[in-house]
Amino acid sequence: MKLIHKAMAGTMESSDIMVTIEPKEEGGIQLELTSSVMQQFGRQIEAVIRETLKGLGVENAMVTAADKGALDCTIKARVNCAAFRAADSEEYVWEAK
Amino acid sequence: MAEKSFDFAQIPHIAEIACNGEFKAAKARNTATFAEKFEHKNKVVDSLEEAIKLSGLKDGDTISFHHHFRNGDHIINQVVDKLAEMGFKNLTLASSSLAAVHAPLIEHIKAGVITHIETSGMRGELAEAVSRGLMDFPVVFRSHGGRGEAVTSGELHINVAFLGAPSCDPFGNANGYSRDDEDSIMCGSMGYARPDAHMADTTIIITNNLVKFPNTPCAIPESDVDYVVVVDDIGDPKGIMSGATRYTKNPKELIIAKTAAEVVKAAGYVYDGFSMQMGSGGASLATARYLRQMMIDEGIKCRFALGGITGQITAMHEEGLIEKVLDVQSFDLDAAKSLKHNHFHQQIDAPTYASYRREAAVNQLDFVILSALEVDTDFNVNVLTGSDGVIRGAIGGHPDTAEGAALSVIVCPLTRGRIPCVVPKVNTVVTPGSVVDVVITDQGVAVNPNRPEVAEKLVAAGIPVVSIESLAERAEHIVGKPDPIKFKDKIVAVVMYRDNTVIDVVRQIDED
Repeated sequence: MKLIHKAMAGTMESSDIMVTIEPKEEGGIQLELTSSVMQQFGRQIEAVIRETLKGLGVENAMVTAADKGALDCTIKARVNCAAFRAADSEEYVWEAK
Repeated sequence: MAEKSFDFAQIPHIAEIACNGEFKAAKARNTATFAEKFEHKNKVVDSLEEAIKLSGLKDGDTISFHHHFRNGDHIINQVVDKLAEMGFKNLTLASSSLAAVHAPLIEHIKAGVITHIETSGMRGELAEAVSRGLMDFPVVFRSHGGRGEAVTSGELHINVAFLGAPSCDPFGNANGYSRDDEDSIMCGSMGYARPDAHMADTTIIITNNLVKFPNTPCAIPESDVDYVVVVDDIGDPKGIMSGATRYTKNPKELIIAKTAAEVVKAAGYVYDGFSMQMGSGGASLATARYLRQMMIDEGIKCRFALGGITGQITAMHEEGLIEKVLDVQSFDLDAAKSLKHNHFHQQIDAPTYASYRREAAVNQLDFVILSALEVDTDFNVNVLTGSDGVIRGAIGGHPDTAEGAALSVIVCPLTRGRIPCVVPKVNTVVTPGSVVDVVITDQGVAVNPNRPEVAEKLVAAGIPVVSIESLAERAEHIVGKPDPIKFKDKIVAVVMYRDNTVIDVVRQIDED
């Protein structure tokens, strides 16, 4: 997936996460994460964000995530949405596992 | 006086009868009018500073406060600022509880004015600073019953009590409201201040509303009071109490509340003449709504409701569904108004409410509905520290009522955001699992294996009962497995059970 411009998804509401993605040429995924549950779940949230981006084929990006206790499914959805918006793409992959 | 008809020395056993000897003369009369005497102000002193000087307070002493002004309290900060200005050091601050508004204490702790704290709860910046190791002497957390008993027995000796009061007369009769007017500040019951007033070496009432003698009814009688100080500001009425505690609209809490009402009914504790207490959380309060309908449908009445009292309880009292209300702390303005106006809404003190040394009111409870931050698979409950290990709560009457009531019911959502509320092990044990009978979440009910008869009754009534372990697993399935919180070795607080034995400690959080 080719990112074109900065985009975001999500809100600052409780149980949500606000994700901002900015395209970059190199340097891999740079992640700035803040979370209301950092101590207990910071490691897991970071892993989910990185995996989701990897799944989309995004290799370089500046990602800012402000988490308010979102569940993994919410995190994936917000990261996906922000990435598709940043890529101006609507080629959504609707998966049902 | 006429010639005496007796010889004092000749009265048999006179030394055992009268240690003050023979009558000589009556005191000089004061023939000023009652109105003129009011001008003399009796125990009223000119300033807080004057009262502190008169109290004989010295470095190293224990000062006490009540928390009936909640987050609107301006007494503690005002008094400790003054004590700091007067150069006092090394004081123990023993408040019945503390709130976020008390953050300015941090500076006084750093300066050595306050070196030890006793309380039921702590929130906000002060709690965070304590969790980060602010104090060398661990904070002592006690339950309301435990503190009442510690004060009464002398285990917690108070040198000077500084007690804010929404009304007081010049002789020290103090109260949490005033029947002399309709618009002054109210805090309702002053149940947690009463043992302090009675036991302290010196009791100072701080009021913004000096009323004419006699201030009746009163929470604190003049016989317990040494000085009265009149100030402009005792607190922010909005922070002291809101108009009425509102019913929750949160569907999770409503389903928990509905289940809770069904559970106490099925367990056999809702009958004509039963007794109850509701905690102040959304779900426990909402349980009252479902119980109310149940009582109307079945034509039964509650003999008494106990505790922290809310407008929900007093509304049921005024409807005739609850015969008597025993109020150690009024949570909202409706509750305070009911205390002011209703004959059978009685103010009680902390030891009467929950002392472990006597048959306190909590022992007469059929059931209590309590909230929790976390419950573990041994049914232990934490209401004191957050999921990040930081102090953010209060013990309150949690262990007192759980142990005292015939049935103790914990209501909490299975998860709050990403935080699991049913866990393998709680951060801090406040109420031990041995006195917790039923845990009700939005996704299942668990019964303590030590109450098999309760589980049987619930199942017979068609309420599905699951194991507490399965609730913990379900929570973990939803939110994932949290990484353990890191703590340092330093003990920042000690948690007392209601009999004032140490049940747990809180350690400094490790943010390195």
